[in-house]
Amino acid sequence: MIAAFPHAMPVEGLLGGLLIGLSAAILLLGNGRIAGVSGLAARATGLGTGSAPRGMAAAFIIGLPLGAAVMALLLGGVEIRYPASIWPIALGGLLVGYGTRLGSGCTSGHGVCGMSRLSLRSITATLLFMASGIATVALMRAGGLL
Amino acid sequence: MKRLLAALAAGAIFGAGLALSGMADPQRVRAFLDLFGAWDPTLAFVMGGALIPMAIAWAIQRRMANPILADAFDLPPTRGIDGPLAVGAVIFGIGWGISGLCPGPAIAGLALAPSQAIVAVAAMGAGMILHRLTSR
Repeated sequence: MIAAFPHAMPVEGLLGGLLIGLSAAILLLGNGRIAGVSGLAARATGLGTGSAPRGMAAAFIIGLPLGAAVMALLLGGVEIRYPASIWPIALGGLLVGYGTRLGSGCTSGHGVCGMSRLSLRSITATLLFMASGIATVALMRAGGLL
Repeated sequence: MKRLLAALAAGAIFGAGLALSGMADPQRVRAFLDLFGAWDPTLAFVMGGALIPMAIAWAIQRRMANPILADAFDLPPTRGIDGPLAVGAVIFGIGWGISGLCPGPAIAGLALAPSQAIVAVAAMGAGMILHRLTSR
């Protein structure tokens, strides 16, 4: 496994995933809410009309960079490689923002919370955005954009 | 107050998980989607790791009348599959593939690579505004 995929981080991935699942479990069992980042971000900024209390949504969103900063300090740095050009970030971000609102969720809401709830709606959304992501990267590779 | 602190703690644990797992790194995320290149399976481990505590949480939730800190559970209805869900998910996937970014890692990235993450977050905000303007 390690030899076949030299860049993979299965242990860190699994441990980080457990933290993400624990976070979503705290929000569900503590506050009775789904930890969907796109929905909570839209709610916190007033761009969404969800039912979550605005302060609670803002607290969750503010926690994201705080927790990432603490983990980066603990690890002595985290590798972050953005696309070299600003255009993939800007165009990708625009489509992500629009798509997550139209599709009512992203990797956290549909992928983590919805799939673990066995929601057919979320399983469908996750399969679709995985497939379109894979197709997009394949087209970019074929077009020499990677 | 307790609810705000719980939400802040949940957000921080989520952000820590993103940083530890490598999911805050757009190139690693895109490498998971790059089946025909140097495929990196890490995201599958992240998803597997996240689904375990959440599956347990749903089993506990079904036996609880109310959440610990709030009056009632407020969960999205498990509606059917419709056009907006499918089209939105496909558009999100295209943006995810182009940039390697989804909302959680982009926002967490504000602390890790601020000059680039701010562009991503601003662009996502613009996309959300565009949806709001065109959906009424």
